[in-house]
Amino acid sequence: MEFFRVKKDIPFMKYRKISAVISTTVFIFAVLFIVIRGLNLGVDFTGGTMMEVSYPKAANIENIRETLRSINLEDTQVQNFGTEEDVLIRLPLRKDLSIAELSEKVSTALKLSNNLMEVRRVESVGSQVGDELYENGALAVLFVCIGIMLYLTMRFEWRFAIAAIIANMHDVIIILGFFALFQWEFNLTVLAAVLAVLGYSVNESVVVFDRVRENFRKMRRANVAEVINNAITRTMSRTIMTHLSTQTVVISMLIFGGEILHNFALALTIGILFGIYSSIMVGCPIAMWLGTNQTNLAISNPESKKENKEL
Amino acid sequence: MNHSARWKYLLILTTIMLSVLFVMPNFYGESPAIQIMPIKAGEKIDTSLLQSIEKALEKSEIKNTGLILENFHIKVKFKTAEEQLQAKSLIQKSLGNKYVVALNLISNSPNWLSNIGALPMYLGLDLRGGVHFLLQVDLSTALEKTTASYLSNFRTALRKEKIGYYDATKNNDIMQIKFKSKEELNKGKNIIRDINDNFVFQEIFINDEIILKVIISEQTKKSITEFAIKQNLETLNNRVNELGVAEPLIQQQGLDRIVIQLPGVQDTAKAKEILGRTATLEMRMVNEDKVDPSIYEDGNEDQIPVNSEIYNDRFGNPILVKKQVILTGERITNAGPGVDQQTGQSIVSITLDGKGASIFKQVTRENIGKRMALLLIEKNLTEVVTAPVIRSEIGGGRVQITGMNNTQEATDVALLLRAGSLAAPMEIIEERTVGPSMGKENISRGVQATIWGFVAIIIMMAIYYMVFGVISVITLSVNLLFLVALLSALQATLTLPGLAAIALTLGMAIDSSVLINERIRDEIRNGNTPQASISIGYKMAWGTILDSNITTMIAGLALFMFGSGPIKGFAVVLVLGILTSMFSAIFVSRAIVNYFYGKKRQISKLSIGEIFKVDNN
Repeated sequence: MEFFRVKKDIPFMKYRKISAVISTTVFIFAVLFIVIRGLNLGVDFTGGTMMEVSYPKAANIENIRETLRSINLEDTQVQNFGTEEDVLIRLPLRKDLSIAELSEKVSTALKLSNNLMEVRRVESVGSQVGDELYENGALAVLFVCIGIMLYLTMRFEWRFAIAAIIANMHDVIIILGFFALFQWEFNLTVLAAVLAVLGYSVNESVVVFDRVRENFRKMRRANVAEVINNAITRTMSRTIMTHLSTQTVVISMLIFGGEILHNFALALTIGILFGIYSSIMVGCPIAMWLGTNQTNLAISNPESKKENKEL
Repeated sequence: MNHSARWKYLLILTTIMLSVLFVMPNFYGESPAIQIMPIKAGEKIDTSLLQSIEKALEKSEIKNTGLILENFHIKVKFKTAEEQLQAKSLIQKSLGNKYVVALNLISNSPNWLSNIGALPMYLGLDLRGGVHFLLQVDLSTALEKTTASYLSNFRTALRKEKIGYYDATKNNDIMQIKFKSKEELNKGKNIIRDINDNFVFQEIFINDEIILKVIISEQTKKSITEFAIKQNLETLNNRVNELGVAEPLIQQQGLDRIVIQLPGVQDTAKAKEILGRTATLEMRMVNEDKVDPSIYEDGNEDQIPVNSEIYNDRFGNPILVKKQVILTGERITNAGPGVDQQTGQSIVSITLDGKGASIFKQVTRENIGKRMALLLIEKNLTEVVTAPVIRSEIGGGRVQITGMNNTQEATDVALLLRAGSLAAPMEIIEERTVGPSMGKENISRGVQATIWGFVAIIIMMAIYYMVFGVISVITLSVNLLFLVALLSALQATLTLPGLAAIALTLGMAIDSSVLINERIRDEIRNGNTPQASISIGYKMAWGTILDSNITTMIAGLALFMFGSGPIKGFAVVLVLGILTSMFSAIFVSRAIVNYFYGKKRQISKLSIGEIFKVDNN
């Protein structure tokens, strides 16, 4: 079986103006959603308490709200979580109660009103810890970006490094845009997915760039666009197979992973889909636009000279 | 050209066998068990305890399936959870309250496996259920307390030497003493220097005032806070032990935080109550200048001497005690209930550490015939536990407190004295609780996601790449084996995101095989012989595999450095998964291919799926 029976190289770079318009538009929309709607940050980042409770029969949300109101907890969010029996309760931080007291107060009150209630999960995060987790998350993203750029500069060239990181940030912003648009909860696990996407989707650019470099050596007479087109076309089959298998696993996570892994898998899905597009239609045009050519890529790298001799 | 050296096959076979060995413990399941440990954390256990447990079980005919004696605890395995519960109450009754009996689960893997260090994967709290607390230690209070005790030392010393000062105050950790003259200031400075050499002095002369500022040096501050954390950790260890948790984790995190993980604990309310209890103990002298302290009760508080305070004892009688603290609970190394052999009364005997003993000796020598009060401060409520008369100088650091009503009270007080003192107050700033059913569900979810993802990949690869697809799948299975073996061997904490990472690395690891297979196809397309195509394919793919894995590795490392808890679990698996997948893609898959194709001189066709030929250029 072979998915891509292409006779000639697909002229991807011919469409780079159209793709630039598309990418920019999507990117701007994503940024707009993030700015206007904002991310629905989980308690990991905002601080506060999240409790998952379950009942043997379908839970009465109104009753739960009433119970919470009776113990003077007004600013709460109560909703079903996954199934009718499971309920997610969210409580903001309070000045008069410590986080340890708050969750205890809620579970005692709910137990009193229905003895069969079971607390499945409690996540309470103080404001200080929330701020730190937020800060550390931002630091991690920064660290990954710098790390990847340094590595790519070393291994290829600064033009590729910049192209790859822009393609990557494009993916990350779009993931965040989706989370802002649909107000899916953004928590620590989702952040982990975003970082995994950062590392993973740069693979895509690396594979294509690797081919581009090789082609510069082989296809001496071809121009830059032809070289890139050939590189993308030749790696197409691999791109599809790899992403298909990763996406298969992620779908399996979406189906079997339960509520906790749901948003994690969603972030990965968006990251994988846009990762394919961006490494081809964002990364390559930018590398081209920055002036990547035979001289600065194939020759400037001492290692590639060595490889040349071997071949 | 497609031969692997013999050592490579040997290396791979050895690695696989070792991995199988380390993966095995994960498949034996667990038995219900009880764990017996002394109430004082860290106390050693001997065989006599083991024998008495064995006897007790035999007597009531509860069958066990194994007794294990370890340094700090004894574990007893049972067949059923029913026997486990019966045994728990029986043992607790027969051993009394010197020991804690906790429920536990023990792996059924045979002893020879655990002896070589092969253990089941270490599950995080989100998979096994339990509570996680992050506590913030209030170090500034610890510092303030120490400052206060320094200041009181200074006052005593200055008064003793008859040096004229008229005001000694403190602001946080800076002390300020006003002297009458510059000579007095210099003398005072020397005296203070004699007490402790680690102060920074600052002299201020404004508006005829002669002020000496005494600042605690940074180094001393550091040692004070370090000591406070250490003390709190010890106290928490004892308190957690009281809870009867089988495998608790209590660890310092960063400068001023403590992590506590209590697997299997359901009663979070009790856990919080015990952890949050802030009892401190102080020994102070009773102010006996005023015979009847009850005169202060009716709002005559202004008449209380400046150096004293009024507290009630257990019966509600007011007692006037001096503000100066002689000793705090930190100096107590042990406390136990006992009986006074002469009077038959219940007592608590305390052992003090070296410094405590010498202070105590001096104070008792100087105050024979006077009363010393023992104050317990719990949640801002101060109570005089007892205020016995000092009958003689007490050396050696062994102190007996009389005045207990009964043995129960003696036991309680002893427990509080042992475990009750915190050097600095703490607050819970993060709590994560996972119920037991949730933990089990999370495991099955994670495992299912991995299995079905894996199955789908097997089908896809086999259809698309035929024999080479099967080789890729075998490589992937070996990779999974390596990863689980590594996680078991390193005893890295496996969390739900970690399980997701196993699934994800499988999806990503296949990339290496795909790259190799596509390259081989490419080479064939370019008209190379099958053998040459394999050789060039692997060679060309290697650089790409390395590049793409390293970038993911960077992300994994960042997650590990900046992540906490479950996210760290994700990062560990991601990083290990990248390492194993590179090893298996390069070594294992090449070895399999070479084994099948390398021996034959000529191969007419590779089974790598249909290849579409293009007229390239």
